[in-house]
Amino acid sequence: MNELLIIRNLTVKFYTYDGVVQALDNLDLDIKQEETFGLVGETGCGKTLTALSILRLISPPGRIESGSICFNIDDGDEPIDLLAIGEEEIRAIRGSKISMIFQEPSSALNPVYTIGDQVSEVILLHRRQELVNKAIETITALLAGRNSLVNILANPMRLAERSLYQKIAQNPHSLWPRIVGRIPIMRRLLQRLKDEAKKMAISMLKEVEIPDSERVAQQYPHQLSGGMEQRAVIAMALACSPSFLIADEPTTSLDVTIQDQILELLRRLKSERESSVLYITHDLGVAAQICDRIGVMYAGSLCEIARVDDLYANPLHPYTKALLAAVPKPGEEPHAIGGTVPDPLNLPSGCRFHPRCSRAIGMCREHVPPMHELASGHFIACHNYQGETGGSSC
Amino acid sequence: MEVLVETRNLETHFPILKGVLRRPAGAVRAVDGINLTIGKGQWMGLVGESGCGKTTLGKTLLRLLSPTSGHIYFDVPNETKDEMDLLEESAANPTKLQALRRRYDLATYPSKQLKAIRRRMQLVHQDPYTSLNPRMRIKDIVAEPLAIHKLMPRKQIRDRVTEILQMVGLTDQHLRRYPHEFSGGQRQRIAIARALATNPDFIVFDEPTSALDVSVQAQILNLLGQLKRNQELTYLYITHNLTVAESVCDSIAVMYVGKIVEIGTPIELFHSPKHPYSQALVLSTPIPDPKRKRGRVVLPGEVPSPTNPPPGCRFHPRCSRTTEECERLEPELRQSGNTSWVACWHPLS
Repeated sequence: MNELLIIRNLTVKFYTYDGVVQALDNLDLDIKQEETFGLVGETGCGKTLTALSILRLISPPGRIESGSICFNIDDGDEPIDLLAIGEEEIRAIRGSKISMIFQEPSSALNPVYTIGDQVSEVILLHRRQELVNKAIETITALLAGRNSLVNILANPMRLAERSLYQKIAQNPHSLWPRIVGRIPIMRRLLQRLKDEAKKMAISMLKEVEIPDSERVAQQYPHQLSGGMEQRAVIAMALACSPSFLIADEPTTSLDVTIQDQILELLRRLKSERESSVLYITHDLGVAAQICDRIGVMYAGSLCEIARVDDLYANPLHPYTKALLAAVPKPGEEPHAIGGTVPDPLNLPSGCRFHPRCSRAIGMCREHVPPMHELASGHFIACHNYQGETGGSSC
Repeated sequence: MEVLVETRNLETHFPILKGVLRRPAGAVRAVDGINLTIGKGQWMGLVGESGCGKTTLGKTLLRLLSPTSGHIYFDVPNETKDEMDLLEESAANPTKLQALRRRYDLATYPSKQLKAIRRRMQLVHQDPYTSLNPRMRIKDIVAEPLAIHKLMPRKQIRDRVTEILQMVGLTDQHLRRYPHEFSGGQRQRIAIARALATNPDFIVFDEPTSALDVSVQAQILNLLGQLKRNQELTYLYITHNLTVAESVCDSIAVMYVGKIVEIGTPIELFHSPKHPYSQALVLSTPIPDPKRKRGRVVLPGEVPSPTNPPPGCRFHPRCSRTTEECERLEPELRQSGNTSWVACWHPLS
């Protein structure tokens, strides 16, 4: 399998009044095609920040300091570095090639637009060519219709409309249709584009299993339940069939029965559309059920990457072990991790976990452990395992 | 087992007022006929989906909300309860019944009497970021209940506060700080310290760890277990996280739209759930082990509104075992084992 996304040496810093926070520290990460990669860790360890850096959505005082994020848009093409391209190009990628599902569906949706409007916005923006072609088709079908009086009267108008759309089809992203769309009388001509987008939005809502989707498309977010809102957000994210989907804790605010339905939906859509998913969660139970590979993060760096069976059966990094032991299990007391998560302004030197680690050795205090492959596909950043197997470095 | 808290047909409804005259046009039946018994020293879990009335039940038990009808008995001997039941049935001596109720039934307590009993029952809220006053120092937060109940002279309060903070794993140097200087886990410890200050018998925890990470959650759960053993406490633990309830509780009650549908020990509930709703809940809880997969039960439809719950069994529109009986008659909570109760016409075997 080829890599879809290759992150190298990603460093993100936040310049606050209290000092510089190193939020991500030399992060290396590969995501393969058609896999679900889970990113787990505690609050504030940089999971969401990794996702936001991929989309270049980090706003000041945060800044991406260095690194590269190579994204393989289509098979065979030269991968592009998302951090090197211009603002226009990244905007063309956001929402169409890479899209994101946010944690809180009620705040991800705009309360003053209907669900249908919000889903069709993505389609209007990124799938214009398709929309224009569809509009031309519809007009042609109308023109070929029966020669009734209505048709005879309307046909000249439709012919004009068709020639307009044919002109747009030559360059769907040109500026003039947008300017024409602002003129009140001419706006009417472009209505067909919006109608087509609405139709596609409704079929998208059907695909995410929203019952009665025509009615839901007319409704506002506050009229839906949390589960339905999250489905609408998923419909928005998948409207342009992205090859890479980032899901940032999509089920955290939902009940378990709804969570189960959403996870099943994501699983089905992912296999149907052959896309990759970056699944961010702090729930190790959910991660075990949906992910193929998992990366464990602690204080801005990755400490272990492994296939899901491997990670749960044979966790190697002391932090992974402690995190898995902290999950409540029937009949035994959960094991707490001693100490607290370090202050991001004042991170410990060397390995960031060493003050809380039971297996810390002298070296941990001074040197940051490099990520290396211990067994096939099992990467770990810990000095304790340094000499054991010398795999190629990740 | 000695009973500490018992409710009989407890109902808490919130009226919906409409029109200029604010006439009641219906009610949200948040808690609708609950019979729950919590033994002394028991760690009772209360699980259910959001909006099913868990928090309302917890607050009604403490009389922070007034029940619409029903009785709450807190540490009342069984004989007294029986006597009241007899009097109510025979309707022979209404004056005596009323006197007894005023004395023993928490649901009808006047406010003066309530204050006295509130020393013995406390609440820990869900979100430690909003439950602590940001303008008070930790020592004042923990000392406040002591001052309100006038439990000790001012000179002793300081020592008592230090002692309680030590119990929850905080030290002297935290005394003069403000809540914003603490992490989520530490704040929840402060909230627990405040609840412990008056030496209560019964504490209601309203999702105390849902805002915390797993590692911090483990710390808090360990602390709660330790405190329960040392202080002989009784807990009602409200949560929507079944994994937590399974690992720490002695007994778990499952709630659905204002009603309790099943009560059982974690082992009974997780290995052989009797009510179809508990089964669906258990099966949809993810297991942190990729090799173990649970079967799936998909519940059709959505949770009904508590304003207008379906007739008969409230779960029947979503249940796969519905018969005509379920649509007409409401099932009572019946004993199905030594420690288990279920409210279903066709329980799973």
